[in-house]
Amino acid sequence: MIGITHYLVVSAILFTLGVLGIFMNRKNLIVILMAIELILLSVNLNLVAFSQALGDLVGQVFAMFVLTVAAGEAAIGLAILVIYFRGRGTIAVDDVNRMKG
Amino acid sequence: MSALHFIVFLPLAAAAIAGLSNKMFGSTLPKLVTTGALFVACGLSWPIFIAYLSGAAHEQVVPVFTWITSGDMHVEWALRVDSLTAVMLVVVTSVSALVHLYSWSYMSEDPDQPRFFAYLSLFTFAMLMLVTADNLVQMFFGWEGVGLASYLLIGFWFRKPSANAAAIKAFVVNRVGDLGFMLGIFGTFLVFGTVSIPAILDAAPGMAGSTIGFLGMRLDTMTVLCLLLFVGAMGKSAQLGLHTWLPDAMEGPTPVSALIHAATMVTAGVFMVCRLSPMFETSQVAMNVITFVGAATCLFAATVGTTQTDIKRVIAYSTCSQLGYMFFAAGVGAYGAAMFHLFTHAFFKALLFLGAGSVIHAMHHEQDMRYYGGLRKHIPVTFWTMFAGTLAITGVGIPGLIHGIPAIGFAGFHSKDAIIEAAWAAGYPSAFWVGVGVALLTSFYSWRLVFLTFYGKPRWTQSEHIQHAIHDAHGHDAHGHDDHAHDGHGAHGHDAHHGEEADGTGGYHPHESPWPMLVPLLLLTIGAIAAGYLFHGYFIEAEEGAHFWQGIIAFDAHLMHAMHEVPTWVKLSASAAMVSGLAIAWLAYIRYPAFPAAFASSFSVLYRFLLNKWYFDELYNVLFVRPAFWIGRLLWKGGDEGTIDRFGPNGSAAAVKFGSALAVRLQSGYVYVYAFIMLIGLTAALTWAILL
Repeated sequence: MIGITHYLVVSAILFTLGVLGIFMNRKNLIVILMAIELILLSVNLNLVAFSQALGDLVGQVFAMFVLTVAAGEAAIGLAILVIYFRGRGTIAVDDVNRMKG
Repeated sequence: MSALHFIVFLPLAAAAIAGLSNKMFGSTLPKLVTTGALFVACGLSWPIFIAYLSGAAHEQVVPVFTWITSGDMHVEWALRVDSLTAVMLVVVTSVSALVHLYSWSYMSEDPDQPRFFAYLSLFTFAMLMLVTADNLVQMFFGWEGVGLASYLLIGFWFRKPSANAAAIKAFVVNRVGDLGFMLGIFGTFLVFGTVSIPAILDAAPGMAGSTIGFLGMRLDTMTVLCLLLFVGAMGKSAQLGLHTWLPDAMEGPTPVSALIHAATMVTAGVFMVCRLSPMFETSQVAMNVITFVGAATCLFAATVGTTQTDIKRVIAYSTCSQLGYMFFAAGVGAYGAAMFHLFTHAFFKALLFLGAGSVIHAMHHEQDMRYYGGLRKHIPVTFWTMFAGTLAITGVGIPGLIHGIPAIGFAGFHSKDAIIEAAWAAGYPSAFWVGVGVALLTSFYSWRLVFLTFYGKPRWTQSEHIQHAIHDAHGHDAHGHDDHAHDGHGAHGHDAHHGEEADGTGGYHPHESPWPMLVPLLLLTIGAIAAGYLFHGYFIEAEEGAHFWQGIIAFDAHLMHAMHEVPTWVKLSASAAMVSGLAIAWLAYIRYPAFPAAFASSFSVLYRFLLNKWYFDELYNVLFVRPAFWIGRLLWKGGDEGTIDRFGPNGSAAAVKFGSALAVRLQSGYVYVYAFIMLIGLTAALTWAILL
């Protein structure tokens, strides 16, 4: 029987992968966007799992909100990325350091 | 507004105009204003002096304003004029006016003339403030004012490192004396509760015999005060121990040496001792110290003067020596004689200095007498005026041996012989013998200067300055200047040049100085010849003197009377010493010119001892200068830089820099690093929230 623990474990693994994907990734920014998406999904998974286990629909409603926000975030993130690529001709993570003081 | 106001404040106003208008109106206006102001002041001073001579005037105090009122201390700013001040007024304003005039020509090629004339006038103002002071604080103001002006003028050519060093030395050595003077003023105020000079002099006899705690000892009050004040006088008047600045002060322009370091400022110490003479009279110990220091300086400076080769340094040591005469005259109680020598000395020493300036001018800034010689024919006016000055300083005259026929002679004869006779009459035979010995040395070094400079064969070719002058002149000839083309020298070119080299002139033609330099020389010559004979009655004769001084100085009529009763051989001794000095100088520098070198090599230890000024500079260097540098370096490197700076400003700056260098490394600009830090922060915050 698949209980809430299994959901939480999967969710934690996804979250960790997402976090590691953000700062261990040296390739390009799209991977970071994907990693953020992964983190959001793991959170969604948590929300849905608890909603089902507790019999409370608020969690699932909240998951829908998160998906919406995630879609918007992905759109804005990709738009910035495109602009950035036009400006500098690269989206390699190691070259994105213009905020250096 | 009285004449006194104008005398004192005109030079100040002139100095302000000349100094503040610097470069704006060119140099003619400042020169005119300062020189004009000084001649007006001089013209106003002489009637005052003559009024005192005739006995028509009495002491007078002109209040200006209240300066300081603090508790018990009241310092009025007032101009005091009495016979003593009147003497100083004419000396200061006359010499200063003539020096201003002289500087028109002497400094004519200098780009900073307004500054020079402003300093000269500022000096005159400070000196007048000093001599008209009615209280010790005001005198100290003038005292420091002349010190400042002296510093500025010694270092006038501030691009010359040696001039700067000399200026600093003069200032620092004078500070030592000023410390004594200040302590003296403090002590006087402590004891008498006032700084007003007349009040102090009135109260001084009452304090004789009392004691005061000083440096943990009980000492006689008046002795302590007088000696402290005398330390101030020693510094300003370059007495033995604090004399080292005076010869170095010759780095300044020659008119400055004549005005400040011969005629006026250096006599301030003598003036101060005479001004406070009723106070000094109360301490026999102080009087003995003054006599001893004066005699020692007199001897020391005269011996050194015999070996110096720089014409200005010879005269500088001569000044030092004459100041010694004045002090031991004051020390034996003959204040009138001290002031008389101050008065005559101002004329003939200013004359000698200005004459030396004229020689230096003619010899293209060469100051070494070894490269002079034979100038008698080339600059006759300078020669004759300096000759008169030398007659005056060596004291040439006919002693009044037969009753009824007065002694007559040049200025120095009357004043110096009076000092020597007073030393005998007052019962100081040792001071008397020193005085006689120094009269011989004075005569020797003065005639040595004249013989080396004006007599013998020209020795100009070895001089670098003359070499430059010759080359410059040839350069001009090559460019075809008309005024040189017909003087035989330019026309014949190198043949004539080689012919002249053989006689030591190197083809150089010294020119007599222009009239603004010769007029002061001639006027001072009158003073050097006549000042002694005309005024000796007022200064040193028993009855006339008492009438003239009006009790302003502790004039001892008995001593002045006793001076005339000294044995004939005492009266003759100074003249005999003078003649012997002249004879030795003539033998050594005219008759047997090889003798000085032979003497120097056979007595080389003595010669080097004198040439190096008794090694005073070296001694002070080891005793004071180097330890002071060492302590200074220690505090600078160890205390200031090593401790305060290191742990203070520099340390905190370094800590901030180190911290920010660390922080900078965090700010890499990579988003993932920021994300990582956020994560760590979040984790830490969560951990904290959960665990606590």
